[in-house]
Amino acid sequence: MKKTFSLIDLDCAHCAARMEDGIRRIKGVDDVSVSFLTQKLTLEADDAVFEKVLKQAVKICRKIEPDCTVVME
Amino acid sequence: MTRKQKKQLARIITAALLLVGAFVTDVLVGARPATWQLLLLYLPAYLTVGFTVLRRAAVNILHGEIFDENLLMALATLGALSLGFLPTGEPEFAEAVFVMIFYQTGELFEHIAVGKSRRSIGKLMQIRPDTARVMRDGAPREVVPDEVAVGEIISVYPGERVPLDGTVTEGRSDLNTAALTGESQPLSVGVGDNVYSGATNGGGSLFIKVTKPYHESTVARILALVEGAAAKKATAEQFITRFARYYTPLVVISALLLALLPPLFSGAFLATFPVWLARALTFLVISCPCALVISVPLTFFGGIGGAARHGILMKGAAHVEKLANASTVVMDKTGTLTEGEFCVTRCVPHGIDTNELLLLAAAAEQQSNHPIAKALIAAVKAPLPTITDTREQAGLGVTATVNGSHVAVGNLALMHSVGATPEALLADSTAIHVAKNGTWCGYIQMSDRIKPTAHAAIGDLRKIGITKTVMLTGDRAHVANAVATALHVDEYRAELMPADKVDAIEALLLAPHKGTVCFVGDGINDAPVLTRADVGIAMGALGADAAIEAADVVLMDDEPQKIALAITLSRKALRIVHQNIVLTLAVKAIALLGSALGLFGAWQMPIAIFADVGVSVLAILNAMRMLK
Repeated sequence: MKKTFSLIDLDCAHCAARMEDGIRRIKGVDDVSVSFLTQKLTLEADDAVFEKVLKQAVKICRKIEPDCTVVME
Repeated sequence: MTRKQKKQLARIITAALLLVGAFVTDVLVGARPATWQLLLLYLPAYLTVGFTVLRRAAVNILHGEIFDENLLMALATLGALSLGFLPTGEPEFAEAVFVMIFYQTGELFEHIAVGKSRRSIGKLMQIRPDTARVMRDGAPREVVPDEVAVGEIISVYPGERVPLDGTVTEGRSDLNTAALTGESQPLSVGVGDNVYSGATNGGGSLFIKVTKPYHESTVARILALVEGAAAKKATAEQFITRFARYYTPLVVISALLLALLPPLFSGAFLATFPVWLARALTFLVISCPCALVISVPLTFFGGIGGAARHGILMKGAAHVEKLANASTVVMDKTGTLTEGEFCVTRCVPHGIDTNELLLLAAAAEQQSNHPIAKALIAAVKAPLPTITDTREQAGLGVTATVNGSHVAVGNLALMHSVGATPEALLADSTAIHVAKNGTWCGYIQMSDRIKPTAHAAIGDLRKIGITKTVMLTGDRAHVANAVATALHVDEYRAELMPADKVDAIEALLLAPHKGTVCFVGDGINDAPVLTRADVGIAMGALGADAAIEAADVVLMDDEPQKIALAITLSRKALRIVHQNIVLTLAVKAIALLGSALGLFGAWQMPIAIFADVGVSVLAILNAMRMLK
C-alpha cells in the first residue's frame, strides 16, 4: 500500500532528509520519500504491517522535528 | 507571512528593543558592574528571542539528536554568555543576544523565501479540479472528481476547468489547454471530440461522457508525475545529502578540537581558552548544511515546475541533469519532425484536369479508412459524388463505380490489372495512380508534411550547442533523404524496423561522445527506444498514456521547438544548482578558515551566521530564478 500524508511545520530541509533515512530503516518499508518542498510524506509498505510502520514513522518524525505534525486522514 | 512567522517577527523586534535598552543602560551606568548583574541586564532580550531555540534544543537532547541546528545555536550562544564568567574572558552578552537575533532573522527570511517559492510552484500546479458537476437522476450534482464513475455525464460551464477526461456528448466550445501543453491557441471541440482534464472551458457549455476515472485522468497523472519528480534525485542532490552527512559531525568535532588543543599546547590554558572557545563556537554556527540541502532540490523542483508551465514534464531531477548534458539529439521522423499525416503534394493529370483527377480519386476512396484516403478526401473541397460497387483490394488500392464510370485508384499493379498503362514510370510508390474505364489519367503524389517549426527546431538545437542531430525513420531512404536535407539534420538512418531503432541508439551510445544521447519520439512503437536512450522524450503525449509511461521527459504537445527549450531550461537549473553549491561551500570554507585563524575580530559571529542562514537565503533567492 502506498499513502501520502501532509506534514505541517516541517521547517528544515536537512531534517526531512534525516526523517527519510530513519523511516527507510523501519522493517516493512518498501519505499519512502519525505519532501521538504511539497511538505509530504509518501510511505509504501506491506498492507499487513502498514499501520504499525506508520506509527513508527510518525514517531521518527516527531523525534527529529518536534514541531512537525503528520496529518492523518 | 503566516501567523507563526508574524509571531517570530514580533519576538525579534521586541528582543532588538530590549537589547538596545540593555546596551544603553550598560553604557550610561559607566562603572563596571558585576558579571551577574550584566547577565541579568541582557537576559530578557536573550530569552525573548532565543527561547524557542533553547526549548527545541532541550527536546532534541532528550531525543538523542545531537547535530541539530537548534542545539548548535543554543551551544554557541550559551557559550558566548558563559565566556564572561571565565576568569580571563571578556563578557560577550550583547554579542550573544545579537547573534541570536541575527540567526532568528535569517531563519525568518529563509522560511518566508521557501514558503514563497513553494506557493509559486503550487500556483503552477493549480490545475487540480475541486469538484465535478455530474448528472445524476436528471439533475446536476457537485461531487469530488474522485467519485465520478466512467460512463457518467458531467457538465462544464464556460470558464470552468474540465475535471475528468471524456468525450463531448453535447455542446461546442473552445478549450484552453495552456495549463497542460503551454500552447495558448484554443482548441475547438464539438460532439464526439476527446477532452482532457485540466483544460479550461471557453465560451460554450459542454456535456462530457467520462472515459477515465479521476486517478487515470490527464490532470491527476500530470500532478502525480511532477510531485513524484522530487523523489528521483539527481546526482548533485545525492552528493549534497552525502556531503551533509559527514560535514556537520566533522565541523562539530573540529570545533571541539579547536576549543581544546591550541590552549593545551600554548602552555597557558586558562589565558588562551576563552579566545579559542569563541572561535570554536563560530564553527558550531557554520556547521549546519541547510543552505545546500534546501537550495539544490528547490532549484530542481522549481525547474520542473517552470518547465511544466511550458507543457514540458520532467519525471525527475535526475532527468533534468541528463537533459542538461545532452550532446546528441536523435529524433524519430514521423510524428516528431513531420505531422504524421499524409497530404497531397503534387497532382499530375493526364488528359483530364487537376480537379477532376482529385475528385475521382477522392470519390473512389471515400469509404476507406486508410490515411491516404483521408488525405485525398481532405484535399477536395467540392461535395463527392455517390459511388457504387466499391472494392478495396489490399495492397493494391480501390476500385469503384463513379457516375457510371469504372474508376481504379491505387498503385502500378492495380493499373496493370485494369489494363491501364501509366506513361511516367515513377520509383516513388507513394504516388497514387488513377484510371477511368481502363485509361490512365494521371497520378497524385502524397507525402507526410514536415512540421512548420521543424526547421527552426533543428536550428535551435544547433544554436544551443547540440553537436549531433540524427533522424531515424522506418520510411524509405529517398523520403528520409529529402526530409533530412530540408531540415539540415546531421545524419539520418532510413528503412529501420522498430528493433533497428534500438540498435541505432545503442550504436550512438557506444560511439565515443561527450554528454548524453536523447531520443525524441511520439511514443507510438518506440517505447523500447525511449527507454534505451539516456533521456527518452515523448512528444504529443496529451492523451497518449503509453508514451507518458515510457518516457523520462514528456512534451504534452507536438511542437518540436520544445526540445531545445527543455534542454535550455534543464541547463539553467543545473547552472543554478552549481552556483549554489559553489557559493555555499566557498562562503562556509572562508568563514571556517577565517574564524579558526581569528581573522574577523568582533565580526566573527555575524559572519558565521551569514555563512549559515544568510547563504541559505541567497541560495533560495537564486533558486527562485528558475520560476521566472
